[in-house]
Amino acid sequence: MKTPEEIFEILKNKFGDAVVEIDTETPVDKIITVDAKKVHEIGKFLRDDPEMKFDALMSLSGVDDANGEKVTNEEDGTFEYKGGTLSVYYHLHSIKLKHKVTLKVSVPREEPEVESVESVWKTANWHEREAYDMFGIKFLHHPNLERILMPYDWPGGYPLRKDYKNPEYYHGMKIHF
Amino acid sequence: MGFLDKEFDDGNIVVAKAEDLLNWARLSSLWQLSFGLACCAIEMMATSASHYDFDRFGVIPRPSPRQADIIIISGTVTLKMALRIKRLYEQMPDPKYIISMGSCANSGGPYWKHGYHVLKGVDRVIPVDVYVPGCPPRPEALLEGLLKLQDKIRKETLRKKTA
Ligand code: SF4
Repeated sequence: MKTPEEIFEILKNKFGDAVVEIDTETPVDKIITVDAKKVHEIGKFLRDDPEMKFDALMSLSGVDDANGEKVTNEEDGTFEYKGGTLSVYYHLHSIKLKHKVTLKVSVPREEPEVESVESVWKTANWHEREAYDMFGIKFLHHPNLERILMPYDWPGGYPLRKDYKNPEYYHGMKIHF
Repeated sequence: MGFLDKEFDDGNIVVAKAEDLLNWARLSSLWQLSFGLACCAIEMMATSASHYDFDRFGVIPRPSPRQADIIIISGTVTLKMALRIKRLYEQMPDPKYIISMGSCANSGGPYWKHGYHVLKGVDRVIPVDVYVPGCPPRPEALLEGLLKLQDKIRKETLRKKTA
């Protein structure tokens, strides 16, 4: 059993710059930020290393950090974010060693590309599709990156982004109240 | 002349208007498309179960729209589902009836403002006969909805399809 700080040290020594920082100020889980293009390698190490054995991906969630520049349209009061980041959080658990860790990657909003961890944990398959569906985060090398909740032909972008605007109609059905 | 001025000794003969007979048959055997959408469907299942016993009104779940007379829209109609509901409805043979059960199917319910994925009322895609309010409606409310629908069917005529 290891604490997140110990895990961070081990990862830092092994992966160098790909492991960015650990946030210990958070109230519950301590969060290790890693490189979006290396997360699958780090995940594979965390799964296979005898001291880590993170055999379960409990959750994978997308987040819109909404930390870009907020541009408001004066005419209709809508707004959108320019710049800033989208994030993905990975909650890992080792059933064998009974320890937990949280990973995070942040990617630019205009080009949100994260390596898929589907090859490491099969659980990630649908979770990543959901994050793609709701936030538009592209998971590279995912075997089937399709929308999972919204209709396949949804015209309206990614609904859980903070600056999301619903389309007026879908297949001739009025959406707004 | 006709039947009405004759006296029948045989007790097995009943004289009725064709309309009444048809309506009575229709309203007493409303076979329901076995179909549930969200939390309201749980309450609909409770209505079908032994305690409330939907069966005593002739409501029997059928697994195919081709055999169904009534579709109870029990729950949240997402935009994705709305297309399927429309198709199911179109596959049902006439005469066919619709009960919209719960706030979601009536108007979008809790999703009326921020539900980016919810159709704000199933009557935007198919014609509803009876609306049952509630979130979810209790089984008694659904039963009352069914009785209202039966009243409606009882008033139908051959010349005009729906009352
Ligand atoms: S009306 Fe209420 S109980 Fe019924 S489906 Fe909607 S949220 Fe669920």
